[in-house]
Amino acid sequence: MFESLDLTKLIFGRLTWDAIPFHDPIILATFAVVAVGGVAMLAAITRYKLWGYLWNEWFTTIDHKKIGIMYIILGLVMLLRGFADAIMMRLQQALAFGDSAGYLPPDHYDQIFTAHGVIMIFFVAMPLVTGIMNYLIPLQIGTRDVAFPFLNNFSFWMTTAGAVLMMMSLFIGEFAKTGWLAYPPLSGILQSPGVGVDYYIWSLQIAGVGTLLSGVNLLVTIVKMRAPGMSLMKMPVFTWTSLCTNVLIVAAFPVLTAVLAMLSMDRYLDTAFFTNDLGGNAMMYVNLIWIWGHPEVYILILPVFGIFSEIVATYSRKPLFGYTSMVYATVVITVLSYLVWLHHFFTMGSGASVNSFFGITTMIISIPTGAKIFNWLFTMFRGRIKFDVPMLWTVGFMVTFVIGGMTGVLLAVPPVDFVLHNSLFLIAHFHNVIIGGVLFGLFAGITYWFPKATGFKLDEFWGKISFWFWLIGFYFAFMPLYVLGLMGVTRRVSHFEDQSLQIWFQIAAFGAVLIAVGIAAFLIQLVVSFKRREALKDETGDPWDGRTLEWSTSSPPPPYNFAFTPRVHDLDAWWQMKQHGFQRPESGFIPIHMPKGTWAGIVLSGISVVVGFALIWHMWLLAGVSFVALIGTAIYHTFNYDRDYYIPAEEVERIEAERTRVLANV
Amino acid sequence: MSDNTMTAAVNDSDQKAPLEFLVKGEHHPQNGTLLGFWLYLMSDCLIFACLFATYGVLGRSYAGGPTGMELFDLNLIAINTSLLLVSSITYGFAMLQMQANRVKGTMFWLAVTGLLGAGFLGLELYEFHHLIHVGAGPQTSGFWTAFFALVGTHGLHVFFGIVWLVTLLFQLKKHGLIPENKRRVFCLSMFWHFLDVVWVGVFTYVYLMGVLP
Repeated sequence: MFESLDLTKLIFGRLTWDAIPFHDPIILATFAVVAVGGVAMLAAITRYKLWGYLWNEWFTTIDHKKIGIMYIILGLVMLLRGFADAIMMRLQQALAFGDSAGYLPPDHYDQIFTAHGVIMIFFVAMPLVTGIMNYLIPLQIGTRDVAFPFLNNFSFWMTTAGAVLMMMSLFIGEFAKTGWLAYPPLSGILQSPGVGVDYYIWSLQIAGVGTLLSGVNLLVTIVKMRAPGMSLMKMPVFTWTSLCTNVLIVAAFPVLTAVLAMLSMDRYLDTAFFTNDLGGNAMMYVNLIWIWGHPEVYILILPVFGIFSEIVATYSRKPLFGYTSMVYATVVITVLSYLVWLHHFFTMGSGASVNSFFGITTMIISIPTGAKIFNWLFTMFRGRIKFDVPMLWTVGFMVTFVIGGMTGVLLAVPPVDFVLHNSLFLIAHFHNVIIGGVLFGLFAGITYWFPKATGFKLDEFWGKISFWFWLIGFYFAFMPLYVLGLMGVTRRVSHFEDQSLQIWFQIAAFGAVLIAVGIAAFLIQLVVSFKRREALKDETGDPWDGRTLEWSTSSPPPPYNFAFTPRVHDLDAWWQMKQHGFQRPESGFIPIHMPKGTWAGIVLSGISVVVGFALIWHMWLLAGVSFVALIGTAIYHTFNYDRDYYIPAEEVERIEAERTRVLANV
Repeated sequence: MSDNTMTAAVNDSDQKAPLEFLVKGEHHPQNGTLLGFWLYLMSDCLIFACLFATYGVLGRSYAGGPTGMELFDLNLIAINTSLLLVSSITYGFAMLQMQANRVKGTMFWLAVTGLLGAGFLGLELYEFHHLIHVGAGPQTSGFWTAFFALVGTHGLHVFFGIVWLVTLLFQLKKHGLIPENKRRVFCLSMFWHFLDVVWVGVFTYVYLMGVLP
């Protein structure tokens, strides 16, 4: 009898039927919807025989453009999940006053605020930013792919594997109830004995591998693969900000890996890194995780600054004002972002001198950021501005981000922080900069580059609806939180006694509904644009009269991006080519050297999901077997030396002749 | 007057000189593998930096348990350190053989390097076993947690270095010193020397400073 018991334990670990949340109608209904939707999608793919197409053209592709698009799809899908969490919290806080307990038990509420933060940062903002960088960097620097095309595919799939594990926690077991950074001792094994924190650890560790490798990849791409003539100070400004972001990724994510590994050792091996007893030190975790965490917010915002810079210049029909100062501001922010981490825990008792140092460095960061705002304003000054949707997002960003920046400088003053620490004021501040900065920028970028990626523009009307609902919704949702924070309301609370606060939460909930409309309008915009794709078609490849090299190819670009590698003489290389009456060559094409697709990325990622799942549930047998399989598969892949091929000159000729024909009809 | 026309003509031709906007022939950007691998190593270096910092913070948190001064056996560590340092030299020999395009020689010295690495690992495992046996396991105190994490992570790297090295031996046997393989041998060389440098830090900071009162 005991033998059979042990065998069950060996195979299933601590996974039992109790782990499936049958008792929770909200989760069951969600599961039903997801299951029905999933089955319908799989059935449709089978029905229309799309598996081969998806596998060959997308899943195994090493084309940076397709990988970029897949990152963006991942980010948008996860945005829906993250936003569902957000609106559930807003609803709960608007309802749960006095005798009403609301509709979410605290246990569930705690998982939701943790999941919301983790998803929005790691599986929405990061994939969207990485996706746009992936798509654009090779096009902007005039090359055919990234430095390590297979690694790029692998990185994408590892990020997806993390997202898959994260989603599994919704239906099998639970997610962490610790807040998005999982501070010990709360996240230690004594206070969090369940699987929630383990889901947190392994989904971030697996996704982190992808992020780090993608950072190395894009960094090498920018350093080594720029078109001839493109010196560093002739790089498009988006490429510059991406360069700095990838430096930050390579220099920050290992710290996250290390600190999460230590936390998992505390949980799995009973070690004493962050424990209260045996000489552990929980403050060390908080320091380490913010040494990663603060650069992380700049990892998100810097590329977005680049997006705004490109858009402002294009839609003002002027070169960017102060390109050099923009580059230096970016570099200064990159360096300073490592010197401010302690402002996340002024109240921890590091003493007045340490707090002053970090308060001052934090305030200094606002100087290069302010310089950027002025550069954008001066670019617009006396420009011929076209208020297309990307430009609307940009102006909305500039107003909103300045407000968020100013509340940030307020919080940087340690005595003020002692009052506002852990309050809703802080929540309002970082949503102000992340929504008003990162998210607005991502929407601006998606709208701006959408025709490049798909060959047709996004519908203007629905774009404007989405923008205005997002903008107004944001102010309704977060301005009340500033007020509440000043009144002393703390974060992560699922029930309130003081009825006088309720109206503010109701206003905030209304704002969340407006944002929901904004998201719906964005989805409608995608559908409407797809249906009207003939009318919205971009045949020139340069619909906005752009300035940088990505606009010199067709929309969407051919697999090889450029039939001939461009030679760069000036910043705004494509603008200069147009000024000089550049003629596209129509003959003399040569074969083009390209990397081959591979199965290895998606397979390794699939095995990683199994390893992660087994570790979470303590299925030691499966964990061991799948880990060996993971290493074995990786080694097997290294025996494949046949990784590239030539696109024959005739094929290039055929694609380019087609483009010549299209251009002649424009 | 003629001077003026001359300069004007020169200026004119300067402006009109058609800029070349395309590279007509095949263009191959530089290979970035070595830079990329070096960047990876630097990111790995940051993991070690975190572990060193953690050891710095927890390095005196004995929680009433045994200290490093009581248990570290410097003689054993001296042997261990020499094994790893010599393995770096033998890797250097492998590189020299590779530069002379001698597959056999390269493989021989790689194998010697791998054996020295395995010897290092064996001694480290013996040390760990001994420490745990006398009651200084990773669960004993913050100090031993940080010790096992730092030294163990280094050991894990050496282990995967050896796995890589064995893989590479098969690949060298199969394909010889083709450019891909040369690049791989070069990358592993950087990895191996990097682990050596980290070990010098571990040896000094953990063991030598650990036996100081």
